[in-house]
Amino acid sequence: MDKLINDFSPGLFVVQTILLLLLILLMVKFAWKPILNSLNEREEGIQGALDAAEKAKREMANLQADNQKLLQEARLERETMLKEARELKSKMIADAEAEAKTQANKMIAQAQEAITSEKKAAMAELKSNVAGLSLEIAEKVVRNELSDKNKQLKLVEEMLGEATLN
Amino acid sequence: MMKIFQQSFKSLALVLLVFLPTSIFALNEGGDGGQVDTKNEVDAYIQHHIQDSHDFSLFSYTNDEGERKHFGFPLPVIVWSSEGLRTFMSSEFHHNDDGHVIVEKDGVKFAKIHSKIYELDANASAVSFDADHHATNGHKVLDLSITKSVIGVLFIGLLMLFSFSKLAKQYKTKKIPTGFGRVLEPLVLYVRDEIARPNVGEKHYRRFTGYLLTVFFFIWFLNLLGLTPFGFNVTGQLAVTACLAIFTLIIYTVSGNKDYWMHILWMPGVPVLIRPVLAIIELAGALIIKPFSLLVRLFANISAGHIVVMSLIAIMYNLRESFGIVGSTSLALVLSFFITLIEVLVAFLQAYIFTMLSALFIGMAVAEHDHEHEHDDHGHEVPDAQDVRGDFI
Repeated sequence: MDKLINDFSPGLFVVQTILLLLLILLMVKFAWKPILNSLNEREEGIQGALDAAEKAKREMANLQADNQKLLQEARLERETMLKEARELKSKMIADAEAEAKTQANKMIAQAQEAITSEKKAAMAELKSNVAGLSLEIAEKVVRNELSDKNKQLKLVEEMLGEATLN
Repeated sequence: MMKIFQQSFKSLALVLLVFLPTSIFALNEGGDGGQVDTKNEVDAYIQHHIQDSHDFSLFSYTNDEGERKHFGFPLPVIVWSSEGLRTFMSSEFHHNDDGHVIVEKDGVKFAKIHSKIYELDANASAVSFDADHHATNGHKVLDLSITKSVIGVLFIGLLMLFSFSKLAKQYKTKKIPTGFGRVLEPLVLYVRDEIARPNVGEKHYRRFTGYLLTVFFFIWFLNLLGLTPFGFNVTGQLAVTACLAIFTLIIYTVSGNKDYWMHILWMPGVPVLIRPVLAIIELAGALIIKPFSLLVRLFANISAGHIVVMSLIAIMYNLRESFGIVGSTSLALVLSFFITLIEVLVAFLQAYIFTMLSALFIGMAVAEHDHEHEHDDHGHEVPDAQDVRGDFI
């Protein structure tokens, strides 16, 4: 300890203090300030560039998402349109079918009606024709039968024979 | 990569150019300090090297006529004596270091004893010593000489100014430095991001980064300079490390905020009776122990490194008897080579530790305790006297 104190040189301490103070001031002014400022500037520049890149990336992603959304919407719209068209088509077909069916039914009914009335008319006509014809035939037969005496007798006998049988 | 090598080679060449021509001329002086051979001489030589020196001697040898030749150059001696300022060249002491050569300047007599300049009493003509080899008829003077350490400080200061201002200039024209600047930039970033920012705190580190950077490179470069064969031992001088530690002390004392002083003088969260006692301990810690630990750590590590390297080199002489010239020389070379490698690491480590601790002390002084004191289950404040201590054990 004694030796250490003896070795301590106050003069060197004074000189060193002055030189160190000078060195710190000079270094700060001519070296550290410009160096640290430029380093900060550079780091801020890099940070800025990184941020800008990140922002651009985010915007790009947003844009892409928008595009995707638009596409999705368009697809959805197309789908609904197609669906609607399909529905319309089937509805139209169903409507047409129903109408056709009612029309046909109506026509059939009308036809049946016409047929029955025609049939009735035909039957009436046929009846009157058959009645006339029968009367004519009967007239002719009777006339023919009653023209001969024998035949009249024979007929009477036949009728009597039938009557006996009864 | 090649370019960096070329650049550093250029810098090295510059250094050599500065030093070589001045060292070529021989100082053909008599004086003592003969061969270094025995154990005592080795001890004395190491002691001498550890101390600051008034000459810049590169090597010395004894020629065939038994004359001692010194190669190096003298440095100016500037002393503040009782009669005022006196200046002369150190060559006037003729390499004498035990007070036998008296230099008289304008009526004031000076002698150099163990690298210290003494002013002799007016009527004395020679230094007389007591039993402990202390001068009895002289006293030390304030020695403002340009000693070897001052030369080292000046050299490193200029080197730092030159290289870092060059780096600063590079940024004006380009974003990324080229050449040697590419080596320096990561070091600056390292000190800023690994030492200043985490220890001082994000909010305040900008104010102190300049000081921390200066101190870091100053200590590191001087430590490395100490490993060169020029024999500098600047960071192994107590005056230098004390100066560095006191700078840190002044900075953290001046910039300490209310919280810091509050925690030193009137520690919150402890019983009132203990607070004055704690204040004494805290004051001693802040004003004496912290700077003392800084100055002693650096001084002791660097001095010890120098002593170990020189002792290992001295194996060459000390073990010559038992191992022979080749054996002792190669043993000394191998051992001192490896210890020098470790010293390169220590050079960085000590600069790092000094800067880191300085940053930490500053950080403790400017830290903002915006947290409320935690409360325990009974509603008492939990003392936070320990909350920063754990960070730097």
